[in-house]
Amino acid sequence: MSQQKTQPESTLPKNLAADPRFLAVERTIKQYQFRADALIEVLHVAQEAFGYLSEELMSYVARQLKIPYSRVYGVATFYHFFSLEPRGKHSCVVCTGTACYVKRSSEIVARLEQEFDVRAGKTTADGALTLSTVRCLGSCGLAPVMVLDGETVGRCSSESAVAAVHVLIDSGRTPGSIAAEEQSRRKRRGGGA
Amino acid sequence: MIRAELKRMAEEERQRQERLFCRIMVCAGTPCLSAGALPVLEALREAVAESRLDAGIEAVGTGCMGPCSRGPLVKVRIRGKETVYERVTPELARQILFSVVKGRRPPTVAALPPELPFFARQMKVVLANSGSINPERIEEYAASGGYSALSHALHEMTPEEVCREISTSGLRGRGGAGYPTGVKWNLARKAPGERKYVVANGDEGDPGAYMDRSVMESDPHRVLEGMALAGYAIGAEQGFIYVRGEYYLAGRRLEAAIRDAERKGLLGSRVLGSNFNFRIDIRTGAGAFVCGEETSLMASIMGKRGQPWHRPPYPAQRGLWGSPTLINNVETLAAVPVVIGRGADWFAGVGTARSKGTKVYALSGQVETTGLIEVPMGTTLREVVFEIGGGIPSGKQFKAAQTGGPSGGSIPAEHLDTPLDYESLEAIGTIMGSGGLIIMDETSCMPDVASFFLDFCRDESCGKCVPCRVGTIEMHRLLRRITSGTATMDDLYRLEELCDLVGATSLCGLGMTAPNPVVSTLRYFRAEYEAHIRERRCPAGACSIEPLPPGPEGPELLHAAGAPEEAD
Repeated sequence: MSQQKTQPESTLPKNLAADPRFLAVERTIKQYQFRADALIEVLHVAQEAFGYLSEELMSYVARQLKIPYSRVYGVATFYHFFSLEPRGKHSCVVCTGTACYVKRSSEIVARLEQEFDVRAGKTTADGALTLSTVRCLGSCGLAPVMVLDGETVGRCSSESAVAAVHVLIDSGRTPGSIAAEEQSRRKRRGGGA
Repeated sequence: MIRAELKRMAEEERQRQERLFCRIMVCAGTPCLSAGALPVLEALREAVAESRLDAGIEAVGTGCMGPCSRGPLVKVRIRGKETVYERVTPELARQILFSVVKGRRPPTVAALPPELPFFARQMKVVLANSGSINPERIEEYAASGGYSALSHALHEMTPEEVCREISTSGLRGRGGAGYPTGVKWNLARKAPGERKYVVANGDEGDPGAYMDRSVMESDPHRVLEGMALAGYAIGAEQGFIYVRGEYYLAGRRLEAAIRDAERKGLLGSRVLGSNFNFRIDIRTGAGAFVCGEETSLMASIMGKRGQPWHRPPYPAQRGLWGSPTLINNVETLAAVPVVIGRGADWFAGVGTARSKGTKVYALSGQVETTGLIEVPMGTTLREVVFEIGGGIPSGKQFKAAQTGGPSGGSIPAEHLDTPLDYESLEAIGTIMGSGGLIIMDETSCMPDVASFFLDFCRDESCGKCVPCRVGTIEMHRLLRRITSGTATMDDLYRLEELCDLVGATSLCGLGMTAPNPVVSTLRYFRAEYEAHIRERRCPAGACSIEPLPPGPEGPELLHAAGAPEEAD
């Protein structure tokens, strides 16, 4: 409350106000004219900017939209997209939709859990990897599918999945970026014909 | 933009395309993109620029072409003749292009034969533009006849006539339940209210279904046009598209499409010079299956937890912010411009007596060619699996097809000749659902499949009503006991009892249909359940059942727990 007195135009705690990522959240709230029904859209932007929803972020959103904190917390915990804990540096999401299930994606999840010593939905102790599962990405033609740092990788096997995640953690490269590099290298060698 | 300008825009684009000697289309739907379509498209664009043939040859990214498992797909159109190439690499793409430039015959290695049943047996109505227009250019949609249905309705039809046309066409909801669309529109039109809303339900949550994603990605303007027609028919000025959070590309393309349509005066105030105003906003889902249910979806649009409320009153009477709200599935709305454009009679001429038009299916699982298909209502499952899909790979046997996702049921081999329409599917204990069609071969264990779906429903239950929240957990627990070989026949009876209870007493569709996969697998594959319980073995070899502890206690324990011999 004392912070509000020193900074009348912002209701933010100091540590958040100094954060440029927060601007995006503030802009969204203003764009929706502080309307309570924009809550989910605001949380989407907040999650994207910060990676997860901290308590102070949620209480700030609650104050701005003039709704109780319990409602923000209720919505944030209801939807799978929102995370209340910081995420790992890299993410691996394995699809467990029906088509992937029929092609045994559960075995891939089990292998990854074992290999990286992390439960699905959690982050490794060193913060390098968040392993999670999702219900159908709609890429059923490529089943089983996983998503590495936002890039969809199809037709996985337990072995290829483990190998790709190792590469991702060690070098930050995904199979797609490796293929693109190779292609540009080949083109350079070919003299751009 | 007024009517004449729309016509001119369409005509100019048509002429531009006709002047082209060759148009190369690269599928830029999510599955092909993840199979590497982007480098292919870039290679083609570079090659076109290098050979200084920009005027005569065009390389564009389009929406889904269908056979997703064969991606990346490239379609080459030379003077109206089209050839589709599968699994195209950037090198192969350049080869194709240069042989076209030099007037030689393009390589035939990766070319799919035009008479391939996958293409020949389909009838594309909703997907007519998918894979042949660039979804990011409004001109191409207009050139294929887009927005002419809206223009026709606004200038020559009254809202009542639009509703009547939809009723006559026999169009039914493509989201699952198959409710007559015309009836819903009329209800919303007659409902008293200052403000009304149109909602497109693009929260396609069924695992194994991606028809709506594909329509939104490949032909976003078709959905917008359908929504605008719905808005005109019921008297709404505001629409929402609820897009599933996982569908980034669909959301991005819709956003761009809305912006373009507004700029051209096809959305916004005074659409096409008429007195009709219509705005569309996007709402992004945040990962909750229950939000596909209409009342939960509205709660989510209003920024709340996606929990259902009791019906009636139905959304068409009291929906968003208490106003009449029309909620239709994306595929339903995408069919609307066709109904208005080609006429209700044409549409009603396709399909069966009570199921009209075509249906899009996402064919996946253990089948040779997986992908997105569109067939007339009433096409048999055998045609879909063995002709269009090319049968079961590696010489295995067809075992079952799952329709309708976690709310549906499975179709065993003896019903392969069932026509796929609302009534016939209901008669054999499953539903049309939104169009997911997952094919399973002999290695799939049916109790395990049921357990998979119950796990899904247990996880996705919103927790508001007790039968669904507690019932799905209990049912899943019982199924796990069956698949791990620790169940007794008593557990099976309890499971059947719970199926009745949960189905009859749940608040919304999620709970009401959650038992369906169990009921339908029990109906056709009861012997498999009993093999797990009585013989402690999995006929499909999918479940790992640990052997009983040595000694006489094992079987005796089972019998003591009540496994009556006479039960069947």
